Amino acid sequence: MNLKKTKYIFKQAFKNLWRNRVMGLASIGSIAAVLIILGFILLIVLNINNVALVTKETFDQIAVYVEEGIDESQIAQMGKDFGELEGVLAVGFETKEYALNKMKEDWGEDSYLLDGLRKNPLPNTFIVQLKDVSYADDVTEKLKAFDGVEEVSFYEDAVNTLIVIADFVKKLGVWLILILLLISVFIISNTIKITVLNRRKEIELMQYIGATNGYVRGPFIIEGIVLGVIGSFLAISILIFGFNYFSTLLSGRYIALLSGLASYIISVNLILKDLIIIFLTIGIGIGILGSLISLKKFLSV
Amino acid sequence: MIEFNNVSKIYKNDFVAVEDISLKIEAGEFLFIVGKSGAGKSTLIKLLLKEINPTEGTIRYKELDVTKIKKRNVAEYRRRIGFVFQDYRLLPKLTVYENIAFAMEMICCSSKNIRREIPIVLSMVGLSDKAKYYPDELSGGEQQRVSIARAIINKPETIIADEPTGNLDIETSAEIMKIFNEINKRGTTVIMATHDRELINRCNRRVVELKSGRIIKDIKVGGCEDEPKED
Ligand SMILES: Nc1ncnc2c1ncn2[C@@H]1O[C@H](COP(=O)(O)OP(=O)(O)OP(=O)(O)O)[C@@H](O)[C@H]1O
Ligand SMILES: [Mg+2]
Repeated sequence: MNLKKTKYIFKQAFKNLWRNRVMGLASIGSIAAVLIILGFILLIVLNINNVALVTKETFDQIAVYVEEGIDESQIAQMGKDFGELEGVLAVGFETKEYALNKMKEDWGEDSYLLDGLRKNPLPNTFIVQLKDVSYADDVTEKLKAFDGVEEVSFYEDAVNTLIVIADFVKKLGVWLILILLLISVFIISNTIKITVLNRRKEIELMQYIGATNGYVRGPFIIEGIVLGVIGSFLAISILIFGFNYFSTLLSGRYIALLSGLASYIISVNLILKDLIIIFLTIGIGIGILGSLISLKKFLSV
Repeated sequence: MIEFNNVSKIYKNDFVAVEDISLKIEAGEFLFIVGKSGAGKSTLIKLLLKEINPTEGTIRYKELDVTKIKKRNVAEYRRRIGFVFQDYRLLPKLTVYENIAFAMEMICCSSKNIRREIPIVLSMVGLSDKAKYYPDELSGGEQQRVSIARAIINKPETIIADEPTGNLDIETSAEIMKIFNEINKRGTTVIMATHDRELINRCNRRVVELKSGRIIKDIKVGGCEDEPKED
């Protein structure tokens, strides 16, 4: 592989790209589409998994919301009774005032929204700490039976649901991506096919002369790679732009409502390096595969 | 040097294009393959160039069994053979000089080498003053000379031409033939398919005649040196 050969191959590749630019754009678009959807699915799965994981950590706690109008002595009694249940390690209590203050703190600048409330809507809450997660179902049942208990919330269901959703998204994603991959390989191979046909005379001649495979195939493979690389970077740019656009959009008015979630969210910026590597690999892979397919078909080399 | 052993080619549509051909060509020979249109001349040449594979039989080229050359080695094999087309096949956007340089670049050759060799072949085919011309600025005969120059630039052992004068008038054809004779005199084996009887009469060599895919005649007569008229 000498300099001259390299120069020739790249020059031809770019010439081909320019001559066949409409199909080239279609190819870039299709690669970018696959990768954007892949990135989107990756982000969703990663985030759902992450939320599930974080939630799991609070797994051995059960929140018990107390009904309105239960007085302090009754509450004290409930706390004592809860503590005596089998499998309970400790019982904590959060007053509704405390809960509201905490919420105000979380909401930060937007907390003035809460000032308008005439009545504190939040319930008094017991936090029941379990000795072990295996007691969760038993204890939940018993807690529900107490008078004055409005609701018992245990995260297991939520966590399981999240995991199921993440799984579903993953499976769906795999199929979606496989199909899209096929489509873009098809589009690329058609793009390259047009180039091959455009240059058939020249290639035929090269084959008669006995040009090395590098000369014959090189330009087409480079063409595929270039399409792949451009598609990858397009996809990354769109993902970053899109993600940040929606983040700022959300952090405007609504972020307060999502503030709980916000701390769980894995940003696209965090996995940027991995994304670039994954995207480039796939993009270039699609490009090369597309080239090879049309070369195989139309060049018999 | 080149040996066809009981070679048959049956195309996909069951058409038997050549049948049971056995033919030995010595190094340095000048061989005409003649026969009516459809007799199988081009098929024979394509077999030798490994553009197609025989249905039966073997083809040897020196130490190689042509039928067994692997795909990735075909290019290497073809470099040993220069090929001249009936329709010249020059690249239209390249000048005469660049067309020849292209053939060198594809295979080897430093720029220095290219600059040194091209003027030599150009003078050999009588086109020294047309190096900067584009193919569409040349006559058919001139284009064929460029094509010959391109075929010999890498100094192949064998030159194969499929009706190189098919598109040319008699005068021009004779000039082209002279170049081939020159090439042959320098030791290069030349194999040429043609149905131009005139050429053969002017320039008697070994003549293999095909009819419906079979060899019906294989005669060898005197060389061009004995040619009575012109020089
Ligand atoms: N790819 C192919 N598939 C089927 N039949 C073919 C194919 N190529 C050639 N033939 C047939 O084989 C026969 C011999 O063809 P070939 O090209 O060898 O003839 P030729 O002697 O070179 O003729 P010409 O002088 O017209 O060039 C012809 O009848 C042709 O129709
Ligand atoms: Mg023919």
